[in-house]
Amino acid sequence: MPTIEHDGKAYEVDEEGYLLDWQEWIQPLAGIMAAQDSLELTESHWEVITFLREYFEKYQIAPMIKILTKEIAKTHGKEKGNTKYLYELYPAGPAKQACRYAGLPKPTGCV
Amino acid sequence: MAKPQTPKPEELVKVDYGTPGKSWIDIPVEFKDGHWCFGSRPEFLEAVGMPNARDWKPDEADWKLPDDWKDTILQGIKERLEKYRSFHIFMDICVRCGACADKCHFYIGSGDPKNMPVLRAELIRSIYRKYFTPGGKVFGKFAGARELTEEVIKEWWYYFYQCTECRRCSVFCPYGIDQAEITMIGRELLNLIGTQTGWIAGPVANCYNKGNHLGLEPHTLSSNMEYLVDDIEEITGIRVEPSWNRKGAEILFVTPSGDLFGDPGTYTAMGYLMLFHELGLDYTWSTYASEGGNFGFFTSMDMAKRLNYKIYAEAKRLGVKWIIGGECGHMWRVLHQYMDTWNGPADFLEEPVSPITGTKFENAKSTKMVHIAEFTADLIKHGKIKLDPSRNDHLNVTFHDSCNTARGMGMFEEPRYIINNVVNNFHEMSEEESREKTFCCGSGSGLNAGENMEIRMRGGMPRANAVKKVRDKHGVNMLANICAIDRATLSALMDYWTPDVGVCGAHELLANALVMTGEKKRTQDLRLEDLPGMEEEANEEGDE
Repeated sequence: MPTIEHDGKAYEVDEEGYLLDWQEWIQPLAGIMAAQDSLELTESHWEVITFLREYFEKYQIAPMIKILTKEIAKTHGKEKGNTKYLYELYPAGPAKQACRYAGLPKPTGCV
Repeated sequence: MAKPQTPKPEELVKVDYGTPGKSWIDIPVEFKDGHWCFGSRPEFLEAVGMPNARDWKPDEADWKLPDDWKDTILQGIKERLEKYRSFHIFMDICVRCGACADKCHFYIGSGDPKNMPVLRAELIRSIYRKYFTPGGKVFGKFAGARELTEEVIKEWWYYFYQCTECRRCSVFCPYGIDQAEITMIGRELLNLIGTQTGWIAGPVANCYNKGNHLGLEPHTLSSNMEYLVDDIEEITGIRVEPSWNRKGAEILFVTPSGDLFGDPGTYTAMGYLMLFHELGLDYTWSTYASEGGNFGFFTSMDMAKRLNYKIYAEAKRLGVKWIIGGECGHMWRVLHQYMDTWNGPADFLEEPVSPITGTKFENAKSTKMVHIAEFTADLIKHGKIKLDPSRNDHLNVTFHDSCNTARGMGMFEEPRYIINNVVNNFHEMSEEESREKTFCCGSGSGLNAGENMEIRMRGGMPRANAVKKVRDKHGVNMLANICAIDRATLSALMDYWTPDVGVCGAHELLANALVMTGEKKRTQDLRLEDLPGMEEEANEEGDE
């Protein structure tokens, strides 16, 4: 499996760059993944990543988009609670790109 | 490797149907980018005790097959020839008439001769001849036989995961050869030596460990449901109160887990919730039997049977009388054709009778499980629900027959009857492209991954082309269906080929039109989008 290096440690990722073990995740990995996509993480990006991590710890899966937009709206303001805003932050899609930066696996099945 | 880029539609549409210069048997398999799925991770196979769990990459030379892989495959073929008379007959009777060749969506979209159903079957027939027929043993290549090598395994793998088991070809085969069964057995054989895709093995492991493909845990399911319930309340002013794992309920409801996670499936789930609430139906959802679909069906019959077991087990535990199943495709192939003999007879259940209309569902007498489209069509036929189709007037709807409900169970009329009663603008695709001749979404049978997007878009091209025709002629802007894989895959297909057409489940349309007792004036549809014409009126009335 390919890896991402940080501070002398190698972190295993899958073919699409998703971290294999979500519990190994540390903050700098998000920045490294973003840099590979030529993206610079701002405070707004981190609001989403932090929410995704907290949600995953509780539910063991990434939130459905409906939950992501509603919860971001509640905590960070109504203007941020929509898919348009999230796509501006994460052009490859919040469900995929933001989850990847947050160290979460990609959902599978009839989705 | 990174996910391959899919060429633009104007490039993809240029398909080369030319004839290769030499016999197919002399053309080695070439793994093209975007045409195959990543290999399974070891932990997925370990979760269900499947053999040869290891890290492997389909595009690398060494597939890390077990030492005795060849014996395993040959023994596997032998057992299946003895067990399935259909398989044995399909190996013998093809006369290469070619009627199937241009009926496969993957051949139409790719031009690759090995995607002709006749040739896809020949990949395995050539091995059958070599090891199981006197002619093939003696005359070898002259009798269309060849040695079983690792190259053959790779070729099988590449092409059996470019078949969606849709069975369109079998409709045109004068002998009735069912290519889906050949692909299913090809995949079973590949599973014996651990060559499975991650996109299929992951959901199988999840389903076995947690009850559903996505791996939604009980508290996640109920939390997701709460968000849907909140939205329904915002739209209708009515708070529906679904129950989970409720013992003594009359009916157990089982649907694909995708409907409780991904859009636009979530809107279909809202449709179920609203309909059942309006009827006052005594029913329950289950966190244990929380998956109607069955990705085990894409690995082996044994795995499918193991995953299917929980539906009857949960019905028994809860003490329900019968079961309703939601909108799904391959789920119904399994329920309709296998469940009863695999895990039945469910003689602890009662023959299904609609508590609303008194209709006895004779066709479900044995399985005790009724398709929601049958249940709902019966309600409409008896005038038991009030509908206002004008709420869907901004939609020009066409209907996609899912391969499995259409060719697998002959369900053509019920979804159309529902749709015709809940929308005013319905336009059929041509007869050659619908009902039993329907074209596949191009991504069924576990091919709905991201990394094989090019072959998905190629395989879906004939379906998209049929949609494009009704879009251009009638202004169709919504593609309705009754399948969870369709809802996910047709969305990607429409975005690629016909970006101005949306995708929805039949019960989303129904719930938009459903007039609920005590509801407030509807100004939004189930997607929380303003209903054209309704919003302005509502503002004038100050009804916010």
